[in-house]
Amino acid sequence: MVNGRIDQLTIADKSFDSRLLIGSATYPNSQIMLDSIRASGAEIVTVAIRRVSLEGGAETVIDLLSGEFHILPNTAGCYTARDAVLTAQLAREALATNWVKLEVIGDRETLYPDAEHLLQAAEDLVEDGFIVMPYCTDDPILCRKLQDIGCAAIMPLGSPIGSGMGIVNPYNLEIIRAQTSVPLIVDAGIGTASDAALAMELGCDGVMLASAVAKARDPIGMANAMRHAIEGGRLAHLSGRIPRKRHAEASSPQRGVIGT
Amino acid sequence: MSWTISVNGKDKSTTIKTIAGLLDAEGVDPAAQFLAVAINGDVVPRSEWGAVKICPGDVIEIVTPAPGG
Repeated sequence: MVNGRIDQLTIADKSFDSRLLIGSATYPNSQIMLDSIRASGAEIVTVAIRRVSLEGGAETVIDLLSGEFHILPNTAGCYTARDAVLTAQLAREALATNWVKLEVIGDRETLYPDAEHLLQAAEDLVEDGFIVMPYCTDDPILCRKLQDIGCAAIMPLGSPIGSGMGIVNPYNLEIIRAQTSVPLIVDAGIGTASDAALAMELGCDGVMLASAVAKARDPIGMANAMRHAIEGGRLAHLSGRIPRKRHAEASSPQRGVIGT
Repeated sequence: MSWTISVNGKDKSTTIKTIAGLLDAEGVDPAAQFLAVAINGDVVPRSEWGAVKICPGDVIEIVTPAPGG
């Protein structure tokens, strides 16, 4: 910690002051999106890659975001390694970036990743020179394999995408933390500020979220809350929490109490 | 003589031979930033949009960034 600021997050060859990664979708409107992202302090903003509308152009999200933020394209909506790889390659061409948040979904109901396709796509993209940041389950074995392949960060879910259920298995995240040397970013499931703080207290390097801010009653307020939660959680992690005990331990001196 | 290609999932009858020409015909400014095109699963770099020939049956994807999480 320097001058009250938390340490930087470094992914591949880039360093960031903020440890929050934020989505650009499902806000009430573009202005609230922009104001919320600014309030969150996030520097990395995710976008999807979609077919252009051949029916005529509305203002695009990228026009609002490019230049001000580090744009991280995702492969959301892809169900096969092949589609995810092509989407990443299209993103590289469209955005002139070799960074990708890799998502290969296995099932529309759970939006859980398809581990087999995810590993294949990660391998292909690392081979093709991408900075690969895979969204994955909180499975220590899968996370280890993704790291071994050469992914630049690992992004296990706290709970299913958009569920707001928070971190349902903190013990797994602790195991994953212990075995992961690349940045570990909790992606998906964050519902409120304490979820983000917990992720950071567990030792994760960052938090990726979207709906928790975009769908809050006051997105800008929640964006602020997330920024503070992540900074607070990071500082708590670095500062070291006290051990949990089953008995009370008074903090005021026991001697010199009046009437004794 | 025209032929059929697929553009963003829709079959189209066309006589256009280049990507630049196709984008123009579809109302997409080929000079616009943040566009990418793939033919039959391979990305075609912007520098080749005027040169690569579109063939009958080609499956073409034209994409751009959109809001995402």
